[in-house]
Amino acid sequence: MHSPARARPTSPHAEIYRWQIGNSLSILHRATGVALALGLVALCYWFVSIAGGERAYAAATGVFASPAGVIFLVGWTFSFLYHLLNGVRHLFWDVGVGFERTQRHMSGWFAVLGAAALTLCVWGLVFAGHRA
Amino acid sequence: MSLRSPLGRVLGLGSAKDGTEHWWSQRVSAVALIPLTLWFLFSLLALPALDYLTVRTWLSFPMSGFLAILLVAVLTYHSYLGTTVIVEDYVPDPGTKLLWLLLLRFLYVLVGGAAIFAVLRVALAS
Repeated sequence: MHSPARARPTSPHAEIYRWQIGNSLSILHRATGVALALGLVALCYWFVSIAGGERAYAAATGVFASPAGVIFLVGWTFSFLYHLLNGVRHLFWDVGVGFERTQRHMSGWFAVLGAAALTLCVWGLVFAGHRA
Repeated sequence: MSLRSPLGRVLGLGSAKDGTEHWWSQRVSAVALIPLTLWFLFSLLALPALDYLTVRTWLSFPMSGFLAILLVAVLTYHSYLGTTVIVEDYVPDPGTKLLWLLLLRFLYVLVGGAAIFAVLRVALAS
């Protein structure tokens, strides 16, 4: 009866969803997770450079303080803060809290906008510290 | 037509072939990372500068080194669990999937191990 040759959708089948806040934030959670995996490599490089001595650390600082480096650091800051806030949102869901439509939407916007605002705060502090 | 029971068909048919252990480890490491990552962020922001001497002195404090090692270890584990799910979800070919999973595991041990060793070197240098 059924033909096994028929292509069946694999698990997340992201392409069948209409774009809306729920699935957008879910995909953003994964995307920021992947970005943070790369950030982990950068973080580990930074620790290794501290152990490597003054010249190794200066080389690492040169990479991170370059224009591209700063763009990546800001991106990782946002990714971390979003992944953190949205991760807490997931933990609430895990214990059965916050499933109502308005709650989902509110907490979703809180995660995105909160992460954006906190990113500005962190980098505001960084640049304020530079000038002082 | 298959004579397998519905239970038999369900068992082992997910893309990862298992689930709860992985899911639970992901949550436990996520909870552990909330204080660890915030400690790291606030520590860096609290340092007067990020020059070599300041950063090295900070990292050589026993509490900083200890928490830095925990941070790298749990981050590596959590990130490994997360990227593993992505490979399981999006790489359909079993051979390619196995290769990716092996590659990821080796890379995480390598990168995380290097960072932990580096923190130990700083901590144990007199």
